[in-house]
Amino acid sequence: METHQLHPENWVDQYADYLFNYAVSRVSDTEVAKDLVQETFFAGLKSAKNYKGTAAERTWLIAILKRKVIDHYRKIYSNKGKAEVRMSYSSHSDTDGDWLEEQVADPISTLENDRIENEELGLAIQECISKLPKKQSLVFIMKTIQGMSTEDICKELGINPSNLWVMIHRARTALMGCLNQNWF
Amino acid sequence: MISCDEAAIICNKKQYKEASFIEKIKLVMHLLYCNTCSKFSKRNAELTALCDKAPLHCLPAKDKLIMKKDLQDKI
Repeated sequence: METHQLHPENWVDQYADYLFNYAVSRVSDTEVAKDLVQETFFAGLKSAKNYKGTAAERTWLIAILKRKVIDHYRKIYSNKGKAEVRMSYSSHSDTDGDWLEEQVADPISTLENDRIENEELGLAIQECISKLPKKQSLVFIMKTIQGMSTEDICKELGINPSNLWVMIHRARTALMGCLNQNWF
Repeated sequence: MISCDEAAIICNKKQYKEASFIEKIKLVMHLLYCNTCSKFSKRNAELTALCDKAPLHCLPAKDKLIMKKDLQDKI
């Protein structure tokens, strides 16, 4: 049984950002997403004894989070009473006939693919970041995602700027290698 | 003349728009004759473009601490 152990004490450090990104891309509200991640961790803890070790910890947590996202949508729709489906005629076609066909997605357009692809890219980057040594990932996140100034980061972490740039360099090189296969 | 290490650092600074004018000139001069750094510079710019394109979010450290504490209480 030892091999099937979960390590809840590391969950927040290892998976919080990944799960959060996943949740944000689905509910597009950071507060809700945060709550969902929190609930996921609690639910994971509660059903830890059902974890058989067949999937990686993160995959298992993502599976729980998916359920939580579905529950979230169920809840907000039941609050409203029922789901609403709105259909409107597109304004520029008052001629009768093919209105339903006009509502269907444009098969040539790749706009919606871009969005999906970018979400996947975001998760891929997040995964690569989580493989970095802790200090490097911290600096990289502060600099790249939070957009903090060099000075602020140095103050907060108690390092000097040349230290910071060396860590950024290592992080970026590692990320290039990690993303290499799929995204360059 | 600057070394490749210096060039790499300037290149990284440039990704965050923190390289000074003189540094940028030094970098361009270096890239003229250094093939390895030219490649690195190109890939570095691509990485920046990827990071900009992707919707990256992260939880603030404060929220994570609270989360950790709540979780710790339940363990």
